[in-house]
Order: sequence, then structure tokens, then C-alpha cells
Amino acid sequence: MDKFTQLTAIAAPLMRINIDTDAIIPSREMKRVSKEGLGEGLFAGWRYTEPGSRNENPDFILNRDPWRHAQILLSGDNFGCGSSREHAVWALAEWGIRAIITPGFGAIFYGNCVRNGILPVILPDERVQILAALVEADPDNNRIAIDLGKCNVTGPDKRTDTFDIAPADREMLMEGLDAIAVTMKRDDEILAFKARDRLKRPWIYL
Amino acid sequence: MSQTIIEKLWEAHSVADLGDGSQLIYIDRVFFHERTGSIALKGLEAAGRKVRNPEQVFGCMDHIVDTIPGRTDDTMVPGGSAFITTTREAAKKAGVNLFDLGDDSQGIVHVVSPEQGIALPGVTLVCPDSHTCTQGAVGALAWGIGSTECEHAMATKTLAVRKPKIMRVSFEGQLGNGVTAKDMILHLIGRYTASGGVGYAIEFAGEAVRELPMEARFTLCNMGVEFGAWTCIIAPDETTYDYVAGRPYAPQDHLRDQALSYWKTLPSDDDAVFDKEITINCGEIVPQVTWGTSPQHETGIDSVVPDPADEPDANRRQSIERALEYMDLEPGTRLEGLTIDSAFIGSCTNSRLSDLRNAAAILKGRKVAAGVKAICVPGSGLVKKAAEAEGLDKIFTAAGFEWREPGCSMCFFAGGENLGLEQRAVSSTNRNFENRQGPRTRTHLASPATVAASAIKGCLTDVRTLEPKHG
Repeated sequence: MDKFTQLTAIAAPLMRINIDTDAIIPSREMKRVSKEGLGEGLFAGWRYTEPGSRNENPDFILNRDPWRHAQILLSGDNFGCGSSREHAVWALAEWGIRAIITPGFGAIFYGNCVRNGILPVILPDERVQILAALVEADPDNNRIAIDLGKCNVTGPDKRTDTFDIAPADREMLMEGLDAIAVTMKRDDEILAFKARDRLKRPWIYL
Repeated sequence: MSQTIIEKLWEAHSVADLGDGSQLIYIDRVFFHERTGSIALKGLEAAGRKVRNPEQVFGCMDHIVDTIPGRTDDTMVPGGSAFITTTREAAKKAGVNLFDLGDDSQGIVHVVSPEQGIALPGVTLVCPDSHTCTQGAVGALAWGIGSTECEHAMATKTLAVRKPKIMRVSFEGQLGNGVTAKDMILHLIGRYTASGGVGYAIEFAGEAVRELPMEARFTLCNMGVEFGAWTCIIAPDETTYDYVAGRPYAPQDHLRDQALSYWKTLPSDDDAVFDKEITINCGEIVPQVTWGTSPQHETGIDSVVPDPADEPDANRRQSIERALEYMDLEPGTRLEGLTIDSAFIGSCTNSRLSDLRNAAAILKGRKVAAGVKAICVPGSGLVKKAAEAEGLDKIFTAAGFEWREPGCSMCFFAGGENLGLEQRAVSSTNRNFENRQGPRTRTHLASPATVAASAIKGCLTDVRTLEPKHG
């Protein structure tokens, strides 16, 4: 997993609320038992002119320069709601997105981001709207800077906002940690819990 | 100190405090399906890791398998058979349980798990599927996760989870004629939006919830994720204990007695404090139908398509405008009477025996309108068998419905079968997202009874205008 520390990048505004994971990666684009090869299907329903085609819709933000090179996505509230499919995050990562800034995320999607090197940032709607307007006006020059060490986002207007992220999530992103290996350091505690619980709830243990 | 059921289960499963507001939570049961679970099992194998306690891990073939009679591993989903065969091989290698094709118990994860007594009051259960919250209806703490977290749960028996805020949604009063659990949850989402539950674990309570039979409780909890909730739960009661009794994986004899006395300690204490409370008066709920592309785009069947100009919030106004364009609808159009092309009954929301009975009560002695494609997909092999034993299949087929094999089927379009380009569908499923049920398919979500009534009339129909025919 790619580590995330700091990023200054072009940001693409996709300012709709409730963008669901079906829109991010339609089920029909999940063709193989794999985490790879999904970038092409990212936002397929909006990015291409016809269902199933690869003819780019010139109006869609990620098909326009310089947003083709965006590494940050700005979006309306409840981004990544709906299906748990981690393919949505794999598709975004493969396409090149490293951070998403929105007033709110779908819960499962948020967890999936952290486990795949994409930084989920929650900022108030008013601030996301201002950032969207700035990057829309001059995307090349109006870049957004994110510092995960300081948990802040600096806009082209030089205003800096801090954001909240669980320390464990922050550490996982900054260090590119393997979550299973981290947990297994507590294996003694897990086994001790199980031994106690087995006496308390024997019917659980099939 | 007084606690909610969610706090009690949280505490009972806490292995370690991770010191940042999160805890390492012990996971009693893991479920998976061939779409996302196959990747998790493969990921574990590639990392050289083993499934810990494979006897407590269960898989279902439901997402990719065809639902046409005579189905095989070859599916209409492009590349789909690889998901089936990979899952089967990986499950075998890992030694986990699998409800496979050809097994009477096969079906949709969230139908099969409670049906088998795998989801029980008080257990923690996860599955790489967002509708895992369905299973909270038996009093379990059950939530959806991604494939990577599923690997973690299978390898370690735990997940690191940040404690959610807790909300109680109380449905008070009596449900009116033709109003079901589906209408209750759609009404809640419509009023409080698709992000109204974000950050919360939700307990459904109140007089109307207590009176719901078990299967209807699954429907209520199922769409908690469409409300944005981390998960939903209903405290176990006599209805739950009766439902669980005698199921294959449920405790029997002295273990049942022991479990029962534990389960009875789980309901929220009378003076437990919730971070947020919502009360819904059920007398206000009429049969619901969605008109847009988010579950929050819904209203009573007796209403009209809203005018975006009336919406003061700019984000929501834009969302309504886009939805009306996609749905090809004009503001002010009456929903009742809107012509449909297809009708679908199935999914983890509404494919249980009582759902099929409710629909069959409307269909009996009637025919689906000319030109309407109508399909019923029972939620599991056992649901299908039970329905056939009481002749429901005959009612469906006589009315002109296709009667299918169990699976998720056309709840979503995976590149194979679908409800058709720009076709208008009324569906007992949970998501009306753009392109969800087919390319540019226009989905209207509703209860199974409303879907059945609409199939008969060939247009969105107020189920209260169609009395069941007796005899």
C-alpha cells in the first residue's frame, strides 16, 4: 500500500450528493476476481457516452484537462454510499486518486479508503463548495495541499482547515501498515478473550 | 450504569481498547459471497494466511449465479463463472462452510444466515456486503465491511472499530392498511435523507416494531444502510426466540436455556441514553414508492413527483433535477398511474416467505398487465420450497410471473441479465441508483404488495385499491 504523508495536487470537483459505489464502479465493470484492472471502469456510467462503450463523454470532469491528472476529488455529502464493494476504492486508486474531500462518506467506503492508501477527508459543506469553485476557476494554479501529519488542508485561498481522523487510521495511511500484522501483535489478548468467552457463551462455539 | 443493547454487545465483544476511541472487537461469525468474498479468500491465500476458526465462517453463492431454472456454473454475467469456481475452490481449501449451487439451503446471504440460525441474538457478524445490517433484526450486531477487512476478520477473529454514536428510531402507533415494513423504512429515509443515519448504530424500537413479525423486521433493518447507518438492531423478544428455535446452527436443549437467559439481558435498559432519538408516527405512513435515483427520493403512492423549485437546499435541488432527468419524469406528475415495463420481487430486502405470500394475495385470480415483464426470485432454496408447498408458485406463474431459482438476480445489473435499456421498473429491492438494474433502467422501489398490484395494473398502483380476491 502506498504511504500517504503530504500531497499538493490538481483537484476535480464532482459536486453531487449521495454518489454511490454503483456509480463509482458499476457492477458490470467488476469482471475478474481481482483488485486490479478496475481503473478503466471508474465512473463508467458517466465517463462514457453509452452503456458498455469506451467513448468518452467530453463533458465529464475526469475526461477534461487538466482534471485528467487530478489526484484529489471534491464531492458532495455521503460520497461512497451504497454497496460495500471495495472495487470502488481500487478503481479510484488505480485511476490516480489519492485523497477525497467531502462533507461525509459512506461508512464502509471510508474504511476501505484507509486500507488502500486513499485519504478520506471530511470538511464542512460550505468549505468544500468554496474549494470546488476555486479549482473550477483555475485548476492548474489552484491546487489543494494536504498534510496528513498535521491533519490539515490548505486551499488556493491560503486558508487552512484541520480535519479529524482516527489515530489508528492516520498511522495506517502514513506508514502503509499491514492491519492484520498490527492486530496479531495482540494475539495473546485475542486468545485470552476467546478462552473466557467460551465459558460465558458456549453456544457460540460451533 | 444503564446501557443500550448496542453498548452491551460492544462491551461483551471488546478484546482490547486501542486507545483512540476504537476497540478490537471479537467477531463471532463471518459470512461471504462469491462477489467480494472470493477476493478476500484469495487475498488471504496469497499472503500465506489461514482462516482462524473456519467452522464459524460461512459462504453463499448469490451475487453472480443465474436464477433461471436449470442454471449451472456458467452465468450470463461476463466472467462470472470465475467468481463461482474461485470461491468454491478457495472455500474448500480454507475449510469454511459454503451454501453452494444445488444445495437446498443456498440463497441470498442475509436470508440464509438467519434461516440457518447462524445469525443469533447477541452475536457479532460481519460480511463483505453492505446489507449485512439486515441480520441485526435478530438482535445481532451485524455490519457490512470491505474485502480487506473481511480478510482481517477471517485471519484474526477481530476487527478494529471506532465506537459509533447510538440512535433510537421509535415507530409508534399502528400501521395502516397496505403499509409494510418496507414502507416504514422508505418513509424514514425520505424524511431524514440517505445520510440521516451516518455515524450511527441504530436501534429500531416502538410499538409498531414490537408487533412486526420476524421477516418484516429483516426488511426494516435491511435498508438501514440506505439511511447511512453503520448498522441497525432490534432487541430480541419472544418473536425472536420463537424464530430462532430449532434452526440448524441455533443452540439446542441446555445450551438454548443458557443462551435464552443471556439473550434476555440484552435489551436496552429503560433509562439508557441515546445520542439521538427519532420518533415516527406510523399513522402518517401510506404505501411508499421512490421517484428518483436515491432511496431518499421517495413519497407516498398518492403523491406527485416533486418540483425541484420547491426545494430550498441547493444540493438537494440539484440532486432532484438530475434524478428527474434520469427518470424521465416531470414535476407534478401523479405517481399512481405511471406506466411500468417490468416488475421484480426478490432481493435481501423482500424475498422471504411472508413477502411472497403478501404478493400472492394480490396476484391470486389476476393477470399481469400485457407487456409487463414480471419476475419473482425467492430468497433461498428453503423459501422457494416452502412457497411451493403452499402453492404460491402456481399463483405467481398463473398470474404471469416467472418463478426463479434463489439469488440476488436483477437487484443489480452485473453485465448479464437486466431489466432493460431505459425501461421503467417497479421493484421490491433496496437501491434505485442510476443503472442499478440495467442500462439507464428507471427503478421505482416499493413493497412486494405494491409491486404485485402495479404488475397487475401495468402502472404504479396504490395497493389499497386492489382487495385480495378470496376463494
